[in-house]
Amino acid sequence: MIENPLEWMAWTVPTAIFFATIATMLVAMTVWEVVSPTIQRRGFLPISTTRGDRFFIGLLTSAFIHVGWIAFTDLSLWIALAIAAVWMVIVMRYG
Amino acid sequence: MNKTENNKAWFLVLPVVILVAFSAVIPLMTVVNYSVQDIFGPGQRFFVGDEWFRETLRDPRLHEAFLRQLLFTGTILAIQIPLGIAIALTLPTKGWGVSACLVLLALPLLMPWNVVGTIWLIFARTDIGLAGWSLAQLGIDFNFTGDPLHAWITVVVMDVWHWTPLVVLLCYSGLRAIPDAFYQAAQVDGAGAWAVFRYIQLPKLTGVLTIAVLLRFMDSFMIYTEPFVLTGGGPGNSTTFLSQFLATAAVGRFDIGPAAAFSIIYFLFILLFSWLFYTAITRISTGTR
Repeated sequence: MIENPLEWMAWTVPTAIFFATIATMLVAMTVWEVVSPTIQRRGFLPISTTRGDRFFIGLLTSAFIHVGWIAFTDLSLWIALAIAAVWMVIVMRYG
Repeated sequence: MNKTENNKAWFLVLPVVILVAFSAVIPLMTVVNYSVQDIFGPGQRFFVGDEWFRETLRDPRLHEAFLRQLLFTGTILAIQIPLGIAIALTLPTKGWGVSACLVLLALPLLMPWNVVGTIWLIFARTDIGLAGWSLAQLGIDFNFTGDPLHAWITVVVMDVWHWTPLVVLLCYSGLRAIPDAFYQAAQVDGAGAWAVFRYIQLPKLTGVLTIAVLLRFMDSFMIYTEPFVLTGGGPGNSTTFLSQFLATAAVGRFDIGPAAAFSIIYFLFILLFSWLFYTAITRISTGTR
């Protein structure tokens, strides 16, 4: 029995928060870009990157941090999230 | 830098955005939603957190499929790249032979993948297939449906036959792009064939070789149709690569949750490789290092 049209997408609160966070970050990045456009530069990453590049690299590596965390440890995923957040800041600032 | 303030053209992209949203973004979000739940049917679902990811990432069968995938991809790269370069070096550079060779080489690339599988399925049979029959006549007990090694060799040879031409065409175009002046300079210096290859041709091929390696890496990492038609992943699980493992879990057993979790992990790897590919290509084309 399908009560509402979104039922097939099987939304849950955690995934809704996850996507809302991603969407907010994308909107924030867009606003940031409009307010002060990015300048391509070279940090500790082996290639020169724009702000958006570093954002993408940060998100993708964060995903792999979580995957690795689940694969190799039994510890809470919140620790992985904290590590990913710190890593994200490092990449955005110094990458 | 002067920026154009007229951004109305963005509305022309809107149909594509809507189309992609319906065909890719929404399904992908749905897969993420599925991956954290145990779903029995509409309205009957339970949140299970990271259980499927934990289960998938620690599944020994997945580890085996992953290792098999790495072995397969490594093998075909180790064969196709040197072979492609070698063939490209021997191709004629002028006359009618050029078109003839290029057309012949392009033929395997034009075939639908399931047809490639079917061709080799028949080709490798010992009763009616030319290759299988010849091997049997040579006294080799060839049986690609029963012997894992034979199945592997058949799949690898099939992929080499199917995709080496791509490497050849890329390398050939790379070789043709080297100005004659380099060869003349080499001749003046008395460089041998090996020195010409090592210090002129190979460095000039770096760009196209990066593209070739990444293309073949990604394509072979996603290989599904040909082994599916040829061996069905067998005998046993010996030629079950990642995408077939996924298809078996999702379609065969209706384990939507675990299949979704696996899809996401797979997607992350493909995303990583695609990004590497994209970065490499844009950096080669813009000449930055």
